[in-house]
Amino acid sequence: MSEEIKVKTMEEFMAQGTQPEILFWVGSAGSYDDRAKKISRAFVKILNRAGVEFAVLGPEESCTGDVAKRAGNEFLFQMQAMMNIEVLNGYEIKRIVTCDPHSFNTLKNEYPGLGGHYDVVHHTQYIKELIDNGRLSIEGKVYKEKRITFHDPCYLGRANSVFDAPRDVLKKTNADIVEMKRHKKTALCCGAGGAQMFKEPEKGDMDINVLRTKDALETNPNIIATGCPYCNTMMTDGIKAHEKEDSVTVLDVAELIANSI
Amino acid sequence: MEYLPNILFTIALIVGIGFFARNVRKLSRNIKLGKNVDVSNDRPQRWKNMAKIALGQTKMVVRPIAGLMHIIVYVGFVIINLEVLEIILDGILGTHRVFAPLGALYDFLIGSFEVLAFMVIIAVVIFWVRRNIIKLKRFIKPEMEGWPKKDGNMILYIELVLMFLFLTMNATDFQLQQMDVAHYTKAGAFPISQFIAPLFENMSASNLILVERTAWWLHILGILAFLNYLYYSKHLHILLAFPNTYYGKLKPQGQFNNVEAVTNEVKLMMDPSADPFAAPVEDAPDPEKFGASDVMDLNWVQLLNAYTCTECGRCTSECPANQTGKKLSPRKIMMDTRDRLEDVGKNIDANKGTFVPDGKQLLGDYISHEELWACTTCNACVEACPVSIDPLSIIMEMRRFLVMEQSAAPTELNNMMSNIENNGAPWPYNQMDRLNWVNE
Ligand code: SF4
Ligand code: SF4
Repeated sequence: MSEEIKVKTMEEFMAQGTQPEILFWVGSAGSYDDRAKKISRAFVKILNRAGVEFAVLGPEESCTGDVAKRAGNEFLFQMQAMMNIEVLNGYEIKRIVTCDPHSFNTLKNEYPGLGGHYDVVHHTQYIKELIDNGRLSIEGKVYKEKRITFHDPCYLGRANSVFDAPRDVLKKTNADIVEMKRHKKTALCCGAGGAQMFKEPEKGDMDINVLRTKDALETNPNIIATGCPYCNTMMTDGIKAHEKEDSVTVLDVAELIANSI
Repeated sequence: MEYLPNILFTIALIVGIGFFARNVRKLSRNIKLGKNVDVSNDRPQRWKNMAKIALGQTKMVVRPIAGLMHIIVYVGFVIINLEVLEIILDGILGTHRVFAPLGALYDFLIGSFEVLAFMVIIAVVIFWVRRNIIKLKRFIKPEMEGWPKKDGNMILYIELVLMFLFLTMNATDFQLQQMDVAHYTKAGAFPISQFIAPLFENMSASNLILVERTAWWLHILGILAFLNYLYYSKHLHILLAFPNTYYGKLKPQGQFNNVEAVTNEVKLMMDPSADPFAAPVEDAPDPEKFGASDVMDLNWVQLLNAYTCTECGRCTSECPANQTGKKLSPRKIMMDTRDRLEDVGKNIDANKGTFVPDGKQLLGDYISHEELWACTTCNACVEACPVSIDPLSIIMEMRRFLVMEQSAAPTELNNMMSNIENNGAPWPYNQMDRLNWVNE
């Protein structure tokens, strides 16, 4: 996606004396991880297309601390949280959109207890909103007749009961949406949560992402859709483990929509 | 000596209920060893959850076969208590079928008890087969060996015996009624026990009375014994499921608590006006321990959770770590917590009311680091539990202890955490490069 994208920082808005509609919380994965960066760019393409005035924090953004918290380091989490809250409150941020369910969960649920109160929205929810408000229209040709199965990220689905938004958005691509046997509340974890992303798994007889990818492959999909950068990595690795990388691709909902507008 | 049975009965009742009350006291003392936690918020929602989940069994039916069978046994249990009430009144007053004057309603009641008793027998047999013959995967995990397995079966045997005693009692009663024996009022309907009645056809009235009385006595003594068995068994859930669902988590599953003691320290650290070299205040309370290494560090709802666990293994069978062969089993986390709490309780009893350190703790001696680090915090166990238990919260408290008190996280996680500390990201990149993705 080499198309020009336009991104402004909060600092720039500040300098102009204006407020953006939303703050796009990019998250560490979205900023640094090669695969996740593409998701950030795809989402920005959507925002640009819909004419959304949005800002990012850029170098002023720091890790939410979510992964430190799940690893048990409450100190580090709260220090990160308080630093971020200082920045966010300094800019009087009201609404935050993020492509990372882990940032979503922690900003939405755990920051209020530390003084950070924002209206936090997952990008799939925001894209749905843009479509519903008529700000974004989808052509829906690219994925017609393709089979797409959606893997619910634990921290979006079970943890926060957001099940419908990603599915509603996916339907706009005109693809066949097929459900895995375990989905929504009973979806299996991709294996990355709780800081597992950053360490080798404990001894067992299989890796969790391989098992989850098996669930997905049973639906015979062309595309596995995700709404989380970590799930994306895990499922992509899973596809490789099953040697299906030639026939199945893993794409974020934002990418599927960015390709359909 | 006319009143001997009444007296014996009353004594049995007092002893049975007395022991039970003693166990309940012990139970509540052990639960109160946990830290305080404020669960006084949102009462209406809590009542609703209890009504739905414990009374309405909504989470049981997620697995339809087990759910349906469970509802039968559960309804059977609740209804049979009406019968028990009659037995108790009869026992104390020396009457027989004291509710008989209810007439047609009484016949209907007894009839439906019998049908339920029969259905309970079928359900119990199916449960037994699932555990012992089909050997459902979730019932044969390592943590189920020994007592938990015996306990599971024992309950089934007791229920079976109690139901058969109830039907035998009715069958002989039915015969006695036919024979117009004094005291045996013609009352009740016997849709099931009429089929057992022929077994007793040629018996003399006195033998019939003997069988009927024996069944009656064993039935009520069995119930009292069962009541007291509860404390030692996973079957405690029939009582604790109610408070446990009431106190269950209301927040979104993904929301973990922010440790308040940490907040205070972090605020102090970030406060530029605080003097870092200030001498510690004299007689300041001991600094709070972060996280949990033993049961006393958990809160009382988590301890209540442990006593409520029915060892059904639904959590474990949904756990991604467990499904991929890792050591972690959320059910085992709950069973270990309960075992440890029981050991601590026994220690307190043996040492006149105070706990004397026994060189053991929950972390390490019961639950290993390996189990704790295998958790993805996915909440599948929390979602699966039919009685609102939160094994994940215990796992998290122990991870907190490992990391904040002992710096005992796996090396890779330590690297990840020092990256966050130094660069504001779990990876070793420069924070100034956070916007590079835009131009790539
Ligand atoms: S939260 Fe942890 S223990 Fe519970 S199901 Fe997920 S991985 Fe297993
Ligand atoms: S924690 Fe809940 S789901 Fe797990 S074994 Fe106990 S009762 Fe069953």
